[in-house]
Amino acid sequence: MTVSYTPDELMTVAAARCVGNDDVCFVGIGLPSAACNLARLTHAPRITLIYESGTIGTRPSVLPLSIGDGELCATALTTVSVPEFFRYWLPSGRISVGFLGAAQIDRFANLNTTVIGPYDRPAVRLPGAGGAPEMAAACRRIFIVMPHSRRAFKRRLDFLTSLGHGDGAGHRARLGLTTAGPAKVITDLCVMEPDGLTRELTVTSLHPGVSRAQVEDATEWPVRFADDLAVTPAPEPGELQVLRGLRARTAEAHGAA
Amino acid sequence: MARFCSLQEAVRDAVRDGDVVAMEGFTHLIPFAAAHEIIRQGRRGLTLVRMTPDLIYDQLIGAGCAATLVFSWGGNPGVGSLHRLRDAVEHGWPRPLALEEYSHAAMASAYDAGAARLPFAMFRGAPGGLADVNPNFRSVVCPFTGESLTAVPSLQPDVTVIHAQRADRDGNVLVEGIIGVQKEAVLAARRAIVTVEEIVDQFDGRQPNACILPHWTVHAIAVVPGGAFPSYAYGYYSRNNSFYLAWDGISRDRDTFQAWLEEHVIKAGPDAFAARVRQVA
Repeated sequence: MTVSYTPDELMTVAAARCVGNDDVCFVGIGLPSAACNLARLTHAPRITLIYESGTIGTRPSVLPLSIGDGELCATALTTVSVPEFFRYWLPSGRISVGFLGAAQIDRFANLNTTVIGPYDRPAVRLPGAGGAPEMAAACRRIFIVMPHSRRAFKRRLDFLTSLGHGDGAGHRARLGLTTAGPAKVITDLCVMEPDGLTRELTVTSLHPGVSRAQVEDATEWPVRFADDLAVTPAPEPGELQVLRGLRARTAEAHGAA
Repeated sequence: MARFCSLQEAVRDAVRDGDVVAMEGFTHLIPFAAAHEIIRQGRRGLTLVRMTPDLIYDQLIGAGCAATLVFSWGGNPGVGSLHRLRDAVEHGWPRPLALEEYSHAAMASAYDAGAARLPFAMFRGAPGGLADVNPNFRSVVCPFTGESLTAVPSLQPDVTVIHAQRADRDGNVLVEGIIGVQKEAVLAARRAIVTVEEIVDQFDGRQPNACILPHWTVHAIAVVPGGAFPSYAYGYYSRNNSFYLAWDGISRDRDTFQAWLEEHVIKAGPDAFAARVRQVA
């Protein structure tokens, strides 16, 4: 039996499947938070989730609106100060996975969350870096979750906020970084992974019913596809049920329409 | 030495035009009542320092108090943009706003160094494009290993303002829950103002490792119940997420914002905060 689902639900489920019980995850608000909590409520009940407010090992019943909602602290194993978090916990290599989103991404998974247009006269002023540049440097692997569109998947970033694979193979190592950097990009059309040699993002899996042309149209650079291109497994009914329950509880808790 | 006084008096004495002012509280315990008092007293030309400017700085910027913003993440958490911040940056309204932009690790480390009265903070990482737009991102070479590390100047504000749950009668201040960067921001500052939910005889049930700012680190304490609204005070009241969502509409338009400011800030006082918390509870 097939259950219908939205592209957003598929993206969230596909992202949730990337992490497991042994992961220590640095979680951002929005899609990353939905994906990590879905993983915790389905196949990875022992996963450690950390938000940059210093809440370590938190187990919220609804998705927080901010990284510092009270429930994150109330259900955390421990809550540390923000300087402690950024000075001891993040840079030490103890965090296995960082989940990030962005307004713009390029073919080497470098990210922009700062401005659209020139920095001094921006067309759109975005929130900025937050903890993302150091996450991108210090987490052992980075997963990126963001909807696919030509406005977001750019030939050139307007601003480099967080380093992915820089200008390609070897760039991170030249900067002294020992972490893997972006390992997957999960969109509402496909999953992309860096090529083993060049580190350029390559489509390794298309979501069910999505064509190559759709991905090409939604990507500003000439996008490459893996030789053994797969089809992303559809969400299971159980995963969808948990995700929808989580979203419904969240909407009720935050007074959203 | 901490002195108990009204919020009006605390702001009048400690916050001057042109000061470098840090108002901290990481999502939690954001000192909104104190910010509104600064707006009412018409401070101008402030350098506002805060990791996550949030609604509190959107309001101060929209009210024309700020000349410079020092920050690392400027959004309405989980909702979207700060429209008053954007209007100031993109259109210079109500006055131009200079940005001095960092990452969270840079700012957290800079407060930490400021509390230690060190001249700079260092950390490992690639500042990316921020180093091109903020000349304060420099590098320093480890004298032992030769590794190149990122350096930023320490933060030592003229005034730090925070909100906390309780003070005791001697003026010691207890902060609980998500403690953010408040302790470092207070210790890094020349002057510190604290608003509290209440004053108690003693801190009942205090844990040995509780986050306490001794009275000799704080200059003025004002009792303002609800003073962190619409953010929250752990153990007292919850974050008013509906207001954060509503702010998107209030702040998007200059006229709507000014009407809101007139009614809820200019014509109100610190006492209004307790009622705001009661209304939603």
